[in-house]
Amino acid sequence: MLIVRNILKQYANHVALDRVSMEIHQGSIFGLLGPNGAGKTSLIRIINQITAPDEGEILLNGKRLQPADISRIGYLPEERGLYKKMEVGEHVLYLSRLKGLSRSEAMERVKYWFRKMDIEAWWKKKVEELSKGMQQKVQFIATVLHEPELLILDEPFTGFDPVNADLIKQEILELNKKGTTVIFSTHRMESVEELCDSIVLINKAKKILEGSLSDIKARYRNNTYLLTYQGDARNALSAHPEKFRLLSHEHDPQNGSGQLKVQLMNGVGSNELLEILIASVQVQGMHEVVPGIHDIFVRSVKES
Amino acid sequence: MNKTLLIIGREYLTRVRKKSFIVLTILVPLLVVGMYASIFYFAIAGNREVRYVTVLDESEVFVNQFRDSHNIQFSYTGNSLQEEKRRILEGDQDNVFLLHIAPFEQIPKQVEIISSKQAGIDLIEEIDGQMEQVLRDKRLTEAGIDTAVLNRLHVNVSLTTTRLTQQGESQTSAGASYGVALAACILIYLFIFLYGVQVMRGVIEEKTSRIVEVIISSVKPYQLMLGKILGIALVGLTQFLLWVALSLAAIGVIKTVFADNAELSRLEQVSAMQQGPDPVAAQELNQDADQAGATNPAMEVLRALGTLNIPLILACFVFYFLGGYLLYSALFAAVGSAVDNETETQQFMFPVTLPLLFAYLSSFGLITNPDSSLLFWLSMIPFTSPVSMMVRLPFGVPAWEIALSMALLVAGFVFTVWLAGRIYRTGILMYGKKVTFKELGKWLFYKN
Repeated sequence: MLIVRNILKQYANHVALDRVSMEIHQGSIFGLLGPNGAGKTSLIRIINQITAPDEGEILLNGKRLQPADISRIGYLPEERGLYKKMEVGEHVLYLSRLKGLSRSEAMERVKYWFRKMDIEAWWKKKVEELSKGMQQKVQFIATVLHEPELLILDEPFTGFDPVNADLIKQEILELNKKGTTVIFSTHRMESVEELCDSIVLINKAKKILEGSLSDIKARYRNNTYLLTYQGDARNALSAHPEKFRLLSHEHDPQNGSGQLKVQLMNGVGSNELLEILIASVQVQGMHEVVPGIHDIFVRSVKES
Repeated sequence: MNKTLLIIGREYLTRVRKKSFIVLTILVPLLVVGMYASIFYFAIAGNREVRYVTVLDESEVFVNQFRDSHNIQFSYTGNSLQEEKRRILEGDQDNVFLLHIAPFEQIPKQVEIISSKQAGIDLIEEIDGQMEQVLRDKRLTEAGIDTAVLNRLHVNVSLTTTRLTQQGESQTSAGASYGVALAACILIYLFIFLYGVQVMRGVIEEKTSRIVEVIISSVKPYQLMLGKILGIALVGLTQFLLWVALSLAAIGVIKTVFADNAELSRLEQVSAMQQGPDPVAAQELNQDADQAGATNPAMEVLRALGTLNIPLILACFVFYFLGGYLLYSALFAAVGSAVDNETETQQFMFPVTLPLLFAYLSSFGLITNPDSSLLFWLSMIPFTSPVSMMVRLPFGVPAWEIALSMALLVAGFVFTVWLAGRIYRTGILMYGKKVTFKELGKWLFYKN
């Protein structure tokens, strides 16, 4: 749906984006990740046509991004705020009309969303009378009101209590189900795991990792397994040092239960490990230890 | 364009609805009306009231020598000073005065006006003048000068200034020009500054409240800046027009209240005629009015104001306010975009407002010589012309000079708006950075 092709963006004394390319599929939730100052915001601003790239291009549905496409994109920036003195209802109306909605259309949708989020009572309140979390809610509504095809959310959950964060998450998923493509930028890895279909990791202006979440995780598998068992596994483990490496081992001699973490050597399958162990202990459970996106993030950034 | 209109609308409505705007809009016309009313009051009431002066002349030089004027009547008494004093004390009237003139040898020292209330300046001056004349005549007669010659010596010169232009002669009043020029200069300076700073505050507010990135994902930064500038310009214009309209309406009411006064209506005629096509008739009327109220300063003010081309001055005021405002508010917007809070603006504000400040302060010196070449150049340079041209305007400026100055001002603000737009689009997204002029210069050449 959105193709970022070879984007180069330079400022006076540093490069913000160094020939970055990526592809975001229709209907996906796409995680744009990276440490602070990596260039995420620069890229998001370019997609929003707030700034222009020095080189490269962005294609939306196969066509080069046009100024008119602004109304097809909804953007919730990380640095966000509202006019403090304005009334809430009027404010949301204003923002949605800036996105190109007519007055009557905007009015209808604002009313719908206010009812949906149960904040109709706020209509005449001034923005400054709302708490920060309430303001965030209003802001979220203003972002999605014009029913954008592409929703760009930069740290959407900051400032929300767990209940409201969940509410917003459900709204995002619902919109996604209806076909909205979402670009999601955050430092909270657990929400990446939960929401994203695919991710791109940017560090120091360069793309260092990309792919679907499951592919990336698969790539970072290192044949590590966690086993729980009953009995004495020591002999079995020491018998085949060429097949696996023991990473950790806990054993409770009192009731005979134990837990061990092993990494298989290349070419060794998980069944082989099972066969060896079954001979001497009662295996109660075994599962592969897959690295979390958090670890992948940290490792990739360190390696790059 | 449509979105710019939306922004203009928001900027305009949020400001016009503010209490401070409404209060100021009502307060200023009240002030103007108060001033105008007091001028009228002095013009009419001061003239109307007849004062009775009883002359107790011990020198016997002044008996029957005082001439009654339209609001002073003289009478003579032979009673003693004590009796007259008692009479004044008992009468306790504001308009009764006793002029006590000591024996001739003690003149000019021993002359006093006795009354229960303080005598007005005009009364004192009138009596003073008449006595001096009587004494001068007496001394001249004693020196052997013929009475007929004496009478011919009394010539009353009333100096009027007439400016010769292509359109014909027009009577002018240097005093009124001076006053209007000064007022216009101060007002336009205040206006440009006040509304320009509002633009800057607005930009800083958008930046610190972090709404700016939300907005510019919908509109171009340039549109946001222009919308703000134009919206606030409309606020200024609304305020000014409301002031003029409300003042005129209120003054109209005052005029009808005093309309039965014949003198006033004649005065009105004079000022109306002077702007009209028949200068001769106006002059005749003017002379009429001269005789009636030549001694009244308030009257002078009203008549002098009538000699100015008020519609032209008002129109130019609006134009130069808008032009100057656009020019400076764009720069103010650029300053606002470059900083994180208002305290940081100082380092930029001073250099940016220096030309305006210079034009303003120099006006007080240059106003006495409105055709000086320095003032001419200042009234051409767009950065100073809004103030300096308003200083020159009441004294009369050739049409081509006004046209050139206006054209330059338009070019000037197109330039500053363009310049500011380039700084603005980079500045509004820049946080937590101490910006220098060098930095601003770099921003000008960023590609986007």
